[in-house]
Order: sequence, then C-alpha cells, then structure tokens
Amino acid sequence: MKIGKGEIIFAVIAVFFVASFFYGMAANPGSEFGGADGAAEGVITDVTGGYEPWIGNLGFEPPGGETESLLFALQAAIGAAVLGYFFGYYKGKGRSD
Amino acid sequence: MHIMEGFLPSPWWQLWFVFSIPVIMFGMYRLNKLVSERRDLLPLLAVAGAFIFVLSSLKLPSVTGSSSHPTGTGMAAILFGPAVTAVLGVIVLLYQALFLAHGGLTTLGANVASMGIIGPLAAYLIYKAGMKANINFYVVVFLAATFADWITYVVTSTQLALAFPSQTGGFMGSLQAFLAIFATTQVPLAIMEGALTALIFKYIIQVKSDALVELKVISQETVNKLRGITA
Repeated sequence: MKIGKGEIIFAVIAVFFVASFFYGMAANPGSEFGGADGAAEGVITDVTGGYEPWIGNLGFEPPGGETESLLFALQAAIGAAVLGYFFGYYKGKGRSD
Repeated sequence: MHIMEGFLPSPWWQLWFVFSIPVIMFGMYRLNKLVSERRDLLPLLAVAGAFIFVLSSLKLPSVTGSSSHPTGTGMAAILFGPAVTAVLGVIVLLYQALFLAHGGLTTLGANVASMGIIGPLAAYLIYKAGMKANINFYVVVFLAATFADWITYVVTSTQLALAFPSQTGGFMGSLQAFLAIFATTQVPLAIMEGALTALIFKYIIQVKSDALVELKVISQETVNKLRGITA
C-alpha cells in the first residue's frame, strides 16, 4: 500500500485531533475526561431538581472499570478482526484474479 | 448517545420505540432481501457492522474535558441506507446495554432513533446531495460521516430536553444545557470519524469497487476517476 494524498490528509487531521486533546488537558486541569453521558446526568439533576431513574440497569453490570474496559476492548477486537479479515480477503482475491 | 437505563420517563421511552420499531422492521426486511439476493455483498455488510462495533467501543477524549463515543454509522448509511444501519445499530446498542451497562433496554428505542436512524439518515441525505452536486467523493463521505456522528448527539440532546424541560428555561433551556455537553464535545470526534471513514472508503474503492457500483453508491465513471487520482 502506497502512502497517498488520503493518508496524508488523514494523518494531518489526526495530529490536529491529538493536539486538541492536549490543549483540552491544559485547558481543563484536573479533568479526568469522564463520559459526556455522565455529565448529562448532572444536567438532568440540575433542571429537574433531582431525578431518580424509574428502572435500574437490566443487563449485566461490570463489577468495575477493569471488566468494563475488557468488554469494550473485546468489542473493538471483534470489530477489528472482521474488518481485517475481509479487507485482506478482498485484497488477496483481487490479486489472484 | 447512550441514554442510560431508566433515564427516559414515560411516555418518552415508549414514544421513541414507536418511532424506531417501524424503521427497524423495514431495515430487517431490506436486510433479508440483501442476504437472500446479493450474497456476494455480505462481507461488505460485515465490514460496515464491524466498523460501527469498533468505533462505538472507543471513548475518545475531547477538547472540552470529557469523553464520548464516535458512532461509526456514516459508512453503513452510505453503503446500505439508514434502515439497514438501524438494524446494525440495534446489535451494537444491545451489546452495550446487556454487557456494559451502557445505554439501556428501555432507552433502546431512543438510542436507536439517534444513532441508528436520524444520524445515518442525515449522512445518507448529505451523501446523495453531495454526489449530485458533483463534489469530490471523499469530501462528501467525510461530510456525511461527520454529520452522522454529530447529529446523533444533537438528537440525544433533543430527546433529553424533551423529557426533562428545565423548570426555568423550559425545553429550550434544557436543550442548550444538553447541547453544551454533547454537541461541543462531539465536534472534534465527529471530524476525526469523518476523516477515518473517508480513508476506509479509499480502501474499499481499491479492493472492492464493484460492490459499490452494484449497490449504486457510486458510478463506474467516478470509480475510474478516483482510481486515476489515487493510484
């Protein structure tokens, strides 16, 4: 695979993204970069004066951050494996045709 | 877009199911047709689904000091349309609701509406309009995927504001507060996702452009032109 214009543009955008993250770290000292959905829960509490979810979590609840990151990593790995498999398959097939 | 379990009171969670279920049903009908008539396109469907799987598993930090998920739905929307994307969205959202305590079963209708339907619909419309206007293919893909991601979170903000109007500012007051979190956090993530989606499309053009032509995503002339430029 050759490095073309597309890869270069992508790399530039990626560098900007990482730079914006470092800027964000400097601009928000002490922030742990928690989930935006968590912050939204705060807003719900603010605007309603305290909201109790009418039903709790129904699925499996990871006991902690470690298991949670395991399951997220598993999700990414499954997806990445499928992506890699089919791109490789198509590429190899294209070559042998 | 993950509205947590129990965080949409009645009647909102039911209403979003009423909105989403017909689209999911239509998507399953389209998917069935695709599976039975165009078996050769199944790998591409798997790729589109896997892309959503990967991207929605990543929690990316944003310049605002919080983190959020990209959606990955723009690619499926361009390839297969919003209805099929809704079905793929259901799979991912169910996984996260059942195993990760992210999102929820009662809020599934609302989360599918934002991530699986309205965001992808925006991508689809932007893509069609952009291609009609003869804008560069990759620029159009970038815009479509970026807005699929961003609009998903605008919809989430709207859903929450509808369910939780502010005591002082009403719906608009709440909407501003939710948009301030979701829409701003999402901007860099959406741009990053748009760029990645455009890059992946470059590789799809390289290895499997005939499928794109068959799906009427792109014309053979455009493929030839793009290959001339990128080869």
